[in-house]
Amino acid sequence: MLRSLGADVELIRRPEELARISGLVIPGGESSVMDKLARAFGLADPLAEAVRSGLPVYGTCAGLIMLADTVIDGIRGQQTIGGLDIAVRRNAFGSQTLSFETDLDVPVLGDPAVHAVFIRAPVVETVGPSARALATLSDGRCVAVEQDNLLGTSFHPEITGEYRFHEYFLQKVAAANFRH
Amino acid sequence: MTETTSAFGSSRVKRGLADMMKGGVIMDVVNAEQARIAEDAGAVAVMALERVPADIRSQGGVARMSDPDLIDSIIAEVSIPVMAKARIGHFVEAQILQALNVDYIDESEVLSPADYVNHIDKWNFTVPFVCGATNLGEALRRITEGAAMIRSKGEAGTGDVSEAMKHIRTIKGEVARLAGLSKDELYVAAKELQAPYELVAEIAATGKLPVVLFVAGGVATPADAALMMQMGADGVFVGSGIFKSGNPQARANAIVKAVTFYDDPSVIASVSRGLGEAMVGINVSDLAAPHRLSERGW
Repeated sequence: MLRSLGADVELIRRPEELARISGLVIPGGESSVMDKLARAFGLADPLAEAVRSGLPVYGTCAGLIMLADTVIDGIRGQQTIGGLDIAVRRNAFGSQTLSFETDLDVPVLGDPAVHAVFIRAPVVETVGPSARALATLSDGRCVAVEQDNLLGTSFHPEITGEYRFHEYFLQKVAAANFRH
Repeated sequence: MTETTSAFGSSRVKRGLADMMKGGVIMDVVNAEQARIAEDAGAVAVMALERVPADIRSQGGVARMSDPDLIDSIIAEVSIPVMAKARIGHFVEAQILQALNVDYIDESEVLSPADYVNHIDKWNFTVPFVCGATNLGEALRRITEGAAMIRSKGEAGTGDVSEAMKHIRTIKGEVARLAGLSKDELYVAAKELQAPYELVAEIAATGKLPVVLFVAGGVATPADAALMMQMGADGVFVGSGIFKSGNPQARANAIVKAVTFYDDPSVIASVSRGLGEAMVGINVSDLAAPHRLSERGW
């Protein structure tokens, strides 16, 4: 997805690899596992530090949880990188049979609506004063947010080939011109 | 508000959950306490079952879907996805597992088959299915029936990784072979694979399966798990290998780390220390043919 939009992409697993990047996508997956491994291999603290000093990061699903200042319904001892002034409820819709796809209005991206896939997805339960909601479900629950260089969505735009969120993120990366 | 009706149980949603488990370890657990250890160790999902394959093998008898109370207790204990096994072709066990709100059903050769001809029509379900395969044709037949994830079978409950190796090499090799065929040759390839032409042509064009491919059956050490990842697996199932070992907690932690850093021998070496005894293995070559679980499924 990012490659097709012209970005160079590398996989980041170790703290020393952070120096090579000017933006980071934290993808879907299991947030509790990401947290555990990020801490076990010394990535969590340097990453949190980079986020505080302005590294642009886009988190989808589990990645959104990793960027939230507060996680609700985490596993015992679960921590986050933080940066987004939000509280996120993990796995807010229930078991996999309640995972779904739907069309979503995202004013900042304009028309057409975003076709969004939610897989055991989180929702943003509280949007703090520093963060801004970008999209809500018809029941009013917030599922996309931004705050300065950070972007987060409960859903997975890449699964449907929806590129506008990644494009929007790459604009943040270009504007930030982040230096370590 | 242009939000339209929500779609549940679409292929994208089903295959998507497997996508989110890529690079992860799914662990067999037989009670809530083991599920807790698995979640704490960093499993991306647990497989809830009454007996691990090694015990099914040693105790014999008909192996069936687990008790709903057991599955409930495991779902209540952890917040990561919970999978459970139904017998091959036993669509009512699958209906029950869906009603119990498991996140994935494994239509598994580890249990005694309920139908020696047909597998479950998995399109009828909202919950996604993972199925075992020993070769590409078998994988494609399962995908045609609606499987949203494939795991190579290996030989469950042995701690012998050789069958897992054989199956992943076979599947990868057959995918690579398709990519080199011309259009007219693909018709024959589809016939030989006993799979629909459209699916065969799609794989020839993309060079990969349309669903996530995990490896299962015989993985007992961090090195085994990393071996499967280096062979191109998207992730690893560990059955008896963890809770039949001397120190399940340490081994579960180590296997998760070895799968994440599968290409870094120094990490694999360091996590392989101090794990206590691995499960006692059985060489697959010592198993009489009727006891080879990987030969179940058609």
